[in-house]
Amino acid sequence: MAKTQKNYSVPDIEKKANQIRMDIIKMLEHAGSGHSAGPLGLADIFAALYFKVLKHNPENPDWEERDILVLSNGHCVPVRYAAMANAGYFSRKELMTLRQMGSRLQGHPERQRLPGLETTSGPLGSGLSQAAGMALALRMDKQQHRWVYVVMSDGEQDEGNIWEAAMLASKYHLNNIIAITDRNNIQIDGPTETVMPLENLKEKWESFGWHVIEIDGNDVENVIDACQMAKAIVEKPVMIIAHTIPGKGVDFMEYDFHWHGSPPNHEQAVQALKELRTLGGKIRSEHE
Amino acid sequence: MNELHLARQALTTEPIRKGFGRGLLEAGQKHEEVVAACADLTESTQMHLFAEAFPERFIEIGVAEQNLVTVGSGLAAMGKIPFVSSYATFNPGRNWEQIRTTIALNNQPVRIIGSHAGIYTGADGATHQMLEDITIMRAMPNMVVLAPGDSIEAAKATLALAVDRRPAYMRLTREATAVMTTDKTPFQIGRAYVYRKGTDVSLIATGTMTYQAMMAAASLAKDGVHAEVIHVPTIKPLDYATILESAERTRHVVTAEEGQINGGLGGAVAELLGENLPTPMLRVGMNDRFGESGQPSELLQHFGLTSTHIAMSAHRLLMDHSGHKH
Repeated sequence: MAKTQKNYSVPDIEKKANQIRMDIIKMLEHAGSGHSAGPLGLADIFAALYFKVLKHNPENPDWEERDILVLSNGHCVPVRYAAMANAGYFSRKELMTLRQMGSRLQGHPERQRLPGLETTSGPLGSGLSQAAGMALALRMDKQQHRWVYVVMSDGEQDEGNIWEAAMLASKYHLNNIIAITDRNNIQIDGPTETVMPLENLKEKWESFGWHVIEIDGNDVENVIDACQMAKAIVEKPVMIIAHTIPGKGVDFMEYDFHWHGSPPNHEQAVQALKELRTLGGKIRSEHE
Repeated sequence: MNELHLARQALTTEPIRKGFGRGLLEAGQKHEEVVAACADLTESTQMHLFAEAFPERFIEIGVAEQNLVTVGSGLAAMGKIPFVSSYATFNPGRNWEQIRTTIALNNQPVRIIGSHAGIYTGADGATHQMLEDITIMRAMPNMVVLAPGDSIEAAKATLALAVDRRPAYMRLTREATAVMTTDKTPFQIGRAYVYRKGTDVSLIATGTMTYQAMMAAASLAKDGVHAEVIHVPTIKPLDYATILESAERTRHVVTAEEGQINGGLGGAVAELLGENLPTPMLRVGMNDRFGESGQPSELLQHFGLTSTHIAMSAHRLLMDHSGHKH
């Protein structure tokens, strides 16, 4: 059963992103563990993917014509779960089972537990090479109209496997791969440029034979446009370096690497939800 | 066993990896979804026959074993049956975590081929003599672990892997070793085979050591000891029934493998017997050591991996644990 995206407007998708953020806060508070900053920063990208960019069907996750989305940085999976629930893959109520015994929503994503996940991930650095394998298989099967998206973090680009995959995708001109780097500049031990400098990241990818697009990853319209543009690059794989704010939407989490691997406690969750409900203070005066 | 060549005077020899190469070519002809990838050792791992026949289904990865198996995982995710090959010391030696996460836990039917396993790798020395592959791969849930005994069996195992849907590892040997089976010798993943019936001791062997065990049994017979030989080409899932049935009759077990006895076939059999049928046993194999450069025959002798060592172990076991007089 083919399904094309409903025609969501950019403001509609922005609202979805905000809903995804609120769901992330509730899930993480309830779970009592998990990563906050990355998923919040990725909410706009996942809203754009699930409500505009991806060809997919929540009622038939294995639909043979679907686009593939690989999440390489598996620790950010709360944003994917929240986006999937909002897109109709399962009920939003199930989000509250995150990280619990018996849940389909494992702390890091497991393909066989939840339909709609394309692979199992968590240990960093291996998503891009899996995407390359998928892209090669699609090419062998003459399924070039299907796209392989891969979302990866910036910190995981310390891993050598990423650059092995970068060379391979370039060698085989895998233009059916659209990679998105969540460039939020933080990792567990601190700022990426302190832990292990990645810059000049754009030039690195270009020197590996990739076409690079740099965008504001917290701007839904930017994300949609970049994915559209990427499809027009026929000779190379495309890397979208999406600059995001870690913890985006929650003032006390933004830019702070300490929130990389921590969940909010109850008081912090209440505060975060209040901020998100009022869209970061833009409409606060109406509530107070 | 009339399906074995062993009665013949002069055995032919051939590297086990050659059987893999032929099997993969045939698997490619029979099954369109079979694809292959290699990490810069295409001819060495005998993948060149497939690569030449099906260039559009072959991927040259370069010297990048982490990439090798994760690209394999991606190919499998899209319905392919990928065979990914390198030397066992790198694959699965170097890329174990990628295999664990993206193939075993992810449950994708990638065929991990580790050539040049064991002490037979000889002159290249300890770095390239992979002795821990069976141990590290059998620890992994979902993983099938195979060690064919000769090139003919390797071809059969490859064809069997082309239609199996489980993640799998298969170890291969570089040097020419005895060809003891025929096209008619049975092979099924998960089965162990009694190659010689006996009543006094069970010699349970895998890979190249099965031939040594057969030679040991012939030598033991001259001393009046009737050894049973069980060939275990599938170390995981282990054929519990065949091993327990034999151990129950003979009450003495010697295992033999061209790898570490800790956690290898010897470890697997010890676990099985310890929990179900405590039986006096000895393990022949590498005993917690690394190898070194040398001719394979010298190394096998030096590290205690010959038919003589198996026979000596059987004698020792019988002397210590039964009324046998020697």
